[in-house]
Amino acid sequence: MSEVIKNYIVRENEDYIVNMGPQHPSTHGVLRLELVLSGETVKQVVPHIGYIHRGIEKMCEYDTYKQIVHLTDRMDYLSAHINNEAVCLLVENALEIEVPERVKYIRVVLDELTRIASHQLWWSAYGMDLGALTAFFYGMRDREKILDIFEESFGSRLLHSFNTPGGLMHDVHPNFQKHAMEFVKYFRKKLPEYKQLLTDNVIFRNRTQGIGVMSRETAIAYGVTGPSGRGSGFSCDVRKIAPYGVYDQLEFEQILYEQGDSFARYMVRMKEMEQSLNIIEQAVDKITDGPFTAKVKPIIKLPEGEYYQRVETARGELGVYVVSDGKKFPYRVRFRSPNFSNLFVLNTIARGHLIADLVAISGSLDLVIPDIDR
Amino acid sequence: MGLKKKPKIKSMKYEEFKDNETLELLEQLGGDVILTSIDEILNWGRSNSIWPLTFATSCCGIEMMAAGDPRFDFARFGIEVYRATPRQADVIIVAGTINHKMAPVLKRLYDQMAEPKYVIAMGACAVSGGPFYHNTYAVVRGVDHIIPVDVYVPGCPPRPEALLYGVMQLQRKIKVSGLLTNKVKKDKKKKNKKEDNEK
Repeated sequence: MSEVIKNYIVRENEDYIVNMGPQHPSTHGVLRLELVLSGETVKQVVPHIGYIHRGIEKMCEYDTYKQIVHLTDRMDYLSAHINNEAVCLLVENALEIEVPERVKYIRVVLDELTRIASHQLWWSAYGMDLGALTAFFYGMRDREKILDIFEESFGSRLLHSFNTPGGLMHDVHPNFQKHAMEFVKYFRKKLPEYKQLLTDNVIFRNRTQGIGVMSRETAIAYGVTGPSGRGSGFSCDVRKIAPYGVYDQLEFEQILYEQGDSFARYMVRMKEMEQSLNIIEQAVDKITDGPFTAKVKPIIKLPEGEYYQRVETARGELGVYVVSDGKKFPYRVRFRSPNFSNLFVLNTIARGHLIADLVAISGSLDLVIPDIDR
Repeated sequence: MGLKKKPKIKSMKYEEFKDNETLELLEQLGGDVILTSIDEILNWGRSNSIWPLTFATSCCGIEMMAAGDPRFDFARFGIEVYRATPRQADVIIVAGTINHKMAPVLKRLYDQMAEPKYVIAMGACAVSGGPFYHNTYAVVRGVDHIIPVDVYVPGCPPRPEALLYGVMQLQRKIKVSGLLTNKVKKDKKKKNKKEDNEK
């Protein structure tokens, strides 16, 4: 904790105060950072949030549990499918609904495809932030292959709201398994290309190695989860520490790096894509025939009480907390979003670095702004 | 009531566009042979080099990025150069929800852009508030409450093809509008006013 307290600084008259955002290409959305600079060195970063606050938590109080699923898509839109699953799992656990095996494995495949698509987009955008425009075209090229699989089954590319409490909206396309396996083979061949393009690039390495070092204590103190936390050696993968779905029956590694700099966070995501491919390979074979949903009443009423469910999105731990008073609408819904915690560590790790490195640091945290403001 | 002057857009037949009243009104303005000819050349240049502003608030921004990727390739229509500063941009693609805290910022960005400027409202949120129309206290219900919109692209989020179609509609609008002929119209108005005063 002492490290956290040390971060409060006294502003001096010579300090130069600059606003970065809300309209800035490298903040990936509408985030405003108030920078206190001394020369070109960053003394303090004060994030101002709320530019995309839509009141999703309040809206949930007027929606049934099946309708809430559609709102969670719009929070962290790059891991939309995983956000849906958080609410679905909460309702299923509360009502003790038995979900068919087929659904569980399809969900895992979709989760991991979403995770890869999200990391690909982050890779493209991170390259662009650091001045490597080529990365954008290579990353987006492969991302379209995943979106094709989504489109074939759900008819939508980005926000598909395919999960529903009890199972899936409808059955997947007959070619789903075949195309998922084709993608795994395709992307295995393309990963070395990513390594050649950006990972082994000298300029890229010099700009990320040793920049924005986050210690394990800082990561835990701020609650930094996901690949950003694992880059500092904080074992926080919800798929491992509190398995949901069928993750306990699948073999995969939790990627941990000890360095804690921007490059470590980058490497965690690159290795995670390989692990996701392994998971897809295992899970696709286990998709059996059967129903695509359990029998669930059209209007779900949770018994009185408090419920909590957490899942691992592409950015970290998403928690859903629901207070129910036994009616068809929840009494209160609260989301513990990973990006909120990941953003506020920026002040600690960006201090003392140059203003040009701030983009490299904030990019390596992989922030999605609507998830912060909700 | 069809248009007399049929704007040509590369790789899209004229019949595939749906006519609308705004374009018909623009057509009725008319003007001299010389001025309209110069206009045609100017509009040809302007419509094929629209530079958008990098402005994305939420999910639609990802599809806007996807429209620039190798598969959909914005650059075919001359609009691949995203500008981070409003001073260099021609069109602002409002991709995503605008809430009450963001609204003044968007207005300011629009004011900072140089004339002639255009607005595309991309996605359900920018068109009408979309999924955040009811039961929320924070969202502006449609970006047309703040700035004038030229083209609406519905969808949540719209596909990149939909955005491309929207951009082509904007190109078409630019092609039938006139920089110089509008001035002629203003002159006519002045004359009419003078005549009214004399009467």
